[in-house]
Amino acid sequence: MDRELILDVRSVSYRYPGAPADALEGVNLAVRAGEVHAVLGPNGSGKTTLVRVALGLARPAAGSVMILGRPAGAWSRRAIARVVGVVAQREDNLFPQRVRETVLLGRYAYLSLWGTEAAEDHAAVDRALARCDVSSLANRWIWTLSGGEYQRVRLARALAQEPKLLRFADRVLLLADGRPAGAGAPADVLTRETVERVFAWPVSIASFEGRPQMIPLRHGKDEI
Amino acid sequence: MRWLGLGVVVAAALLLAVVLGPAHVPLADLATSEVVRSLRLPRALLAFLVGGSLAIAGAALQALVRNPLADPSLLGLSGGAGLGAVLAIALHVNSPWALPIAAFAGALGAMALVYRLGLVGGAELDPRILILAGVAVGAFTAAVTTALVSLSDAAELRNAFLWLWGGLSGASWDNVALLCVYAPLPVVVLLAAARPLDLLALGEEPARHLGADVESVKRRVYLAASLLTAAAVAVSGVIGFVGLVVPHAMRLLWGHRHRPLLPAAFLGGGALLALSDTVARVAVAPRELPVGIVTALIGVPVFVLLLRKWTAS
Repeated sequence: MDRELILDVRSVSYRYPGAPADALEGVNLAVRAGEVHAVLGPNGSGKTTLVRVALGLARPAAGSVMILGRPAGAWSRRAIARVVGVVAQREDNLFPQRVRETVLLGRYAYLSLWGTEAAEDHAAVDRALARCDVSSLANRWIWTLSGGEYQRVRLARALAQEPKLLRFADRVLLLADGRPAGAGAPADVLTRETVERVFAWPVSIASFEGRPQMIPLRHGKDEI
Repeated sequence: MRWLGLGVVVAAALLLAVVLGPAHVPLADLATSEVVRSLRLPRALLAFLVGGSLAIAGAALQALVRNPLADPSLLGLSGGAGLGAVLAIALHVNSPWALPIAAFAGALGAMALVYRLGLVGGAELDPRILILAGVAVGAFTAAVTTALVSLSDAAELRNAFLWLWGGLSGASWDNVALLCVYAPLPVVVLLAAARPLDLLALGEEPARHLGADVESVKRRVYLAASLLTAAAVAVSGVIGFVGLVVPHAMRLLWGHRHRPLLPAAFLGGGALLALSDTVARVAVAPRELPVGIVTALIGVPVFVLLLRKWTAS
């Protein structure tokens, strides 16, 4: 237990406004550096709710959520974006954009109000592009990409945030990385192979490197 | 290079606005001419400020409501301003400041109403509802305005219609100075929101995950864009088209990053309106065309050219 505790969710309950029952009831989840977690469960079992609560996007009714030892609700969006990267399930880009431009948006949380992107920001983008094997697509328009390529680009954008914790919205998977934010190559657990598996076969997570932990959910309760 | 080109266009538009006019002023006398000093120069500057305000507000609103067809006039502000102005005309308020103040008050009233309607559950600003509320408020105020106009006598009617069509004939150093004091704050607020607007164009959830404080950005952008539009409408009436097409023209030249786009839109909008106003004054002198017609006549061909160039490359 010497690895850094990144996310600590303790007996968390959550109920949507106006809902007759709790969406989450006393759920626990601890994510340490270097671990891969998958939240599994049938539709409506609370997977997305758990991840939203865990990342401070929804306030739990009971229980506590700590990210790096600090209550999730106490983080500013900007500060948390340097620690947690999210690969969104889908997005609908209003304007045409090139791959490199969209990945550069991952550096937003590091930029000052009037400042411009520095060399280290561009370096982080280069690393993220290479990591997701999309360097060759850097100058392509996003709308010319295949669905899988676009997903890898979104992953690159999340990696450009140099997060300690990475969340895939699709499969509600959490990958934790032991490196401090901003200190170089993120998410060592993340190889091209794992990425492709995540996106291609959601159920085969068991074969991941890093020994993923399953958090089965049923009716908002964890079954561990 | 593009910035240099835009700078040249701005300078040329302002220069033409000062040199050309129904009255002939020899080039040598430009600096000393009373016509230039008290009429053309304030009018050129007012056109520039109003056009710039409308265009930067339009560019920001397009990203905010996630609709490339968004235009400041879609937010119900112009309707509210028109209603305020027509009310002032119908009530025979005779003061040079009555019209702009009434129009500004009408625009603020419409803005408050649209904003309130756009708040979902009292907390989150929903851009889709914002635009629907804007259209609804705009339609309602337009109906009331038309009712008032149809009930008023001929002279009032003409005044009201002239005002509603928009024009810069009321320009003076006073309202240039007023706008110079008023506009910088909302403009700076919009410029500061440039990066968050880039994120917002991806959608609210992705923007949040990338570190943007989405609710605060939406509020700031809506309020700043509305305040700019309200002031522009108050001094010049309803001028369409600048807020819709200039941002898109600038997107074709500068791309979709709001950092360069917003200032480019301001300069481009200012140049387009200054140029259009010159044409409006000169084309059928001694009478004047409504400037809104000219913005469309100049803006559409320029836009079509840019669109062709862009789709070809």
